[in-house]
This record gives sequence, C-alpha cells and structure tokens, in this order.
Amino acid sequence: MSDPFDGATLRPLVPAVIGVLVRRGADFATAEDAVQEALVEAWRTFGAGSAEPPRDLKGWLVTVAWRRFLDVVRAETARQRREVAVDLEPEPGPTETADDTLRVFFLCAHPALSPTSAVALTLRAVAGLTTRQVAEAYLVPEATMAQRISRAKRTVSGESFDRPGDLATVRRVLYLVFNEGYTGDVDLAAEAIRLTRQLAALAGPDGPDPETDGLLALMLLHHARRPARRRDDGTIVPLAEQDRGLWDTALIEEGVRVLQAALARQRRGEYQLQAAIAALHADAPSAAETDWVQVVQWYDELLALTGSPVVRLNRAVAVGEADGPGAGLAALAEVDPALPRHRAAAAYLHERAGDLATAARLYAEAAELATNLPERTHLTREAARLNRAAR
Amino acid sequence: MPKYLLLKHYRGAPAAVNDVPMDQWAPEEVDAHIQYMDDFANRLRETGEFVDGQALAPDGMWVRHDGPGKAPAVDGPFAETKDLIAGWMIIDVDDRDRAVELAGELSAAPGAGGKPIHEWLEVRPLLQHHSESVE
Repeated sequence: MSDPFDGATLRPLVPAVIGVLVRRGADFATAEDAVQEALVEAWRTFGAGSAEPPRDLKGWLVTVAWRRFLDVVRAETARQRREVAVDLEPEPGPTETADDTLRVFFLCAHPALSPTSAVALTLRAVAGLTTRQVAEAYLVPEATMAQRISRAKRTVSGESFDRPGDLATVRRVLYLVFNEGYTGDVDLAAEAIRLTRQLAALAGPDGPDPETDGLLALMLLHHARRPARRRDDGTIVPLAEQDRGLWDTALIEEGVRVLQAALARQRRGEYQLQAAIAALHADAPSAAETDWVQVVQWYDELLALTGSPVVRLNRAVAVGEADGPGAGLAALAEVDPALPRHRAAAAYLHERAGDLATAARLYAEAAELATNLPERTHLTREAARLNRAAR
Repeated sequence: MPKYLLLKHYRGAPAAVNDVPMDQWAPEEVDAHIQYMDDFANRLRETGEFVDGQALAPDGMWVRHDGPGKAPAVDGPFAETKDLIAGWMIIDVDDRDRAVELAGELSAAPGAGGKPIHEWLEVRPLLQHHSESVE
C-alpha cells in the first residue's frame, strides 16, 4: 500500500465513531450519515498526502462527525422552529467503550431486518463502505441500495442501543457477506474476514465466543484455498483437482490455530464443526490422502447438531470417499433429492462407481439446476467430458 | 439476495383472465394501466428492490453471422414467432416468495373496464455471477 491513508486505515474506526455519537445522544441514523461524511472529509483532507493526518485519527473523526451531526440538528431545529432536546455540548473526552462498537454490530444485524437489509446496513455502518461500493458489490443501482440502507436504518431507529443483541444473528450476516465473494472492486470475502476478526476481538459479557472464532477459522481456511479454486478463465477447479501449492499456508496456520483454541473451550457449534472439516482438507497433501473417516465423523456431529439437509448431502459425498462410492450412493439415498446440489453429488458418485453414462446424464441435469454461472459451466463441462469419453 | 426477471409477453403467455387487447380499452384505462406500472416500479425503488425495467418494441429482427468477411445475415420481422416479449423488470429480493408476491401484484395491473388483467408473467431467476466462497 503506497498510500497509508486509504479506506483500510479509516474504515475499522467507523463502528466505534458511530458508537461515540450515539452515546452522546445522537440518533443512530443521523450519526451514521454524519460519520460517512466525516470519512469523505478525512479522505479529502489527508488523502494522497495533501496534509499530515492527525495522530488520533479516531478523535479527529469523532470531532468532525459530531460537528456534522450538530449541523443537521440545527438545520432541523431551524426548519421546525422548535427547540430540540438533545444536549448540543458533548461530554468531555471519549466516552465510548468496546461495548458500543459491539452494539453497532448488533443493531445492523437486528432480527427485525431481512437478511438483505442487514447485509446492506452492516456493510455501510460497520464496514464503512460507501453506498456506491455496496451497490456495485451487489449489482444493483446506487439509488436502490441507498433506499435499502435508509429503510434499514428506519427499521432499527426505534431500537434501544443499550440492549445487548444476539451474536448468532451477527455471525449469520457476516457469513452471508463472506459467501458473496467479490464481483466489483470490493472484496466482500476479505471484508467479512476483517469484520469477523473485529467481532472476535470484542469479547462479550461471557468472554470470547468460540462460535465467532469458529466462523473466523472457517472463513480463513476457505479463503486460503481461493487462489486455487479458479482457472484464469474463471472456471471452477474442484477441491480434488486444486493445486495445493497455491493454498495460502499463512491463512491455514492462522485458521487452524484459531479453531483449536475455540474447540478447546468445549462449546461446539456449527461454524466450529464446519471449520474442523475445512482444516482436515487443508491438512491433506492430496484429496486421496485426506482423512475421510474423520471428515465423516465431523459431519456426523454436524448433522446431529443441525439436522441440515445440506450437511446430510455433503456427508454422503464424504462417505463415498471414506467407504467407497456404493456406500456414498446409499447415504445419498437418504437425502432429499430436491436439494440444489443433489444431482451433482449423485453424478460424482456414479462416475466414481464407473457408471459413466448415468454420471453424464446427471451432470447435465445438475447444470440445469445450478443457481450460478461458474457452477453451471463447470457441471456442463463435466457432462461434456464424460460424453466425449463415451464416444 | 437473488435477482429475478419478470417478463411480460405480447404473445406466448397463457391467456389472461381479462384478455382484451389494449387498443380496445378506453383511453383512461390505458392511462390507469401506465400509472399502475409506474407506481409499481417507484414503490420497488423505495423498498430498495428495483434493478432495471424496460419496454420492448414488438418488431425486431433475427441476425446471425454469415461467414468471414460477409455482412451479418438479417431476417424478419416474423409475425409467426410464437413468443414475443413486451418488456421486463429485474428485481433484487430476499427470496423466491417475495418475487412471486411482487409478480402477483404486477399482474393485477388494471385493464379493460378498470379490472385487473390477471395476465401471466414469466418469472425467471437470474444466474448469480459467483459461486459461494464456502465450497
């Protein structure tokens, strides 16, 4: 990074600065707008080396954002020709705590919000992205995203800032962001990791939460494989065929370390269990050398915990590796065939069992059911590969 | 956050309940219909669900590559084509249920006699550009 004064320096401060303003009596929606304006002003004032940035960047942002907030309140007062109740003079010194940052996370993932709205609000008010960046990442017009965010702010505006929220809802939102990957110039997966790190560092009343660490580990372990998951043309490389030399070993080491510390706390949850499976893959020199028996055991535990049909499906594929394709197909027979990836899993297991004609037909059917373009292209190529082999 | 395409057909959709060609409506009914469509789009802009919407002229042509160095071949217009798209709207919603709900609303646009057309709209999910980060 040639310019130290970029978004990466400023954006981690955003939820704390919003927290200070709300703690001083600002309403959340206006505070959030004021902080966005302060970010723009910081960028204009100190960006590209135009001026020396202050040592206490957060203090600077609080001052500027608070001034912006007061401007809005005064304008509002003048417009409505009445006195406002808010105390315009701030308390001396910073009064915010780590708890306030955490509460901004909670508010943005509030259960009253739809997942779509919670994601949008989190990316703006917690991640500090601009509305334009969020709109580009989700491929919708900026005006649409602006409406989505302002409605989300209205939805939570009546909610108490002081009531503690549910970490599980925050994790779900961050997981959604992570799974979105990246389409524009904002890397949402990297952004989700940054926010999950921040969340994990904000210990709640019960100390660090092992599931938050589990989610962080899960993200790190999957992110580590990203360089190997795509060919240059964007097509998917399945796990078994990935060049494991491209995996990011530093991320894997960190993911495993975070996971081990979480598991040691003996409060297992689904993210920790998913991360444990990812860690076994990360640890294997090749697909064949993977400890599939242990992978199946983790899936058994995950299934007992969640009862999720998707877990049942993934477990069937792992059983196919551990005990042979016949056992995998038998396990798959217990899975709801309406699941999106059921055909793809069946195709894979039939190919392993040597029934190439059935596998080709199932791959073609799976391609028609795919919900995204890379997956559809991949499945179509698999069907074409088997059909060519049959000719 | 899936996106859906709502397709309105000139031809090719199953018959609507209130199936009267637009040129047989009263002029005020045409105005009311247009107003309804505009209001619908504006409401989706406000809810943060609108992505795009366009209307298409009914006439068009078929074009294909006709060999190196040659101009593309052009054919049509073609009165015989069964399926003719009148326009589309792309929405970005929480889930499939919401897409169905909105398509139902759009289908209730008023037509002849000021009564809802009940036209069949085609609803198609857009393929996402990315696969999930968790394999």
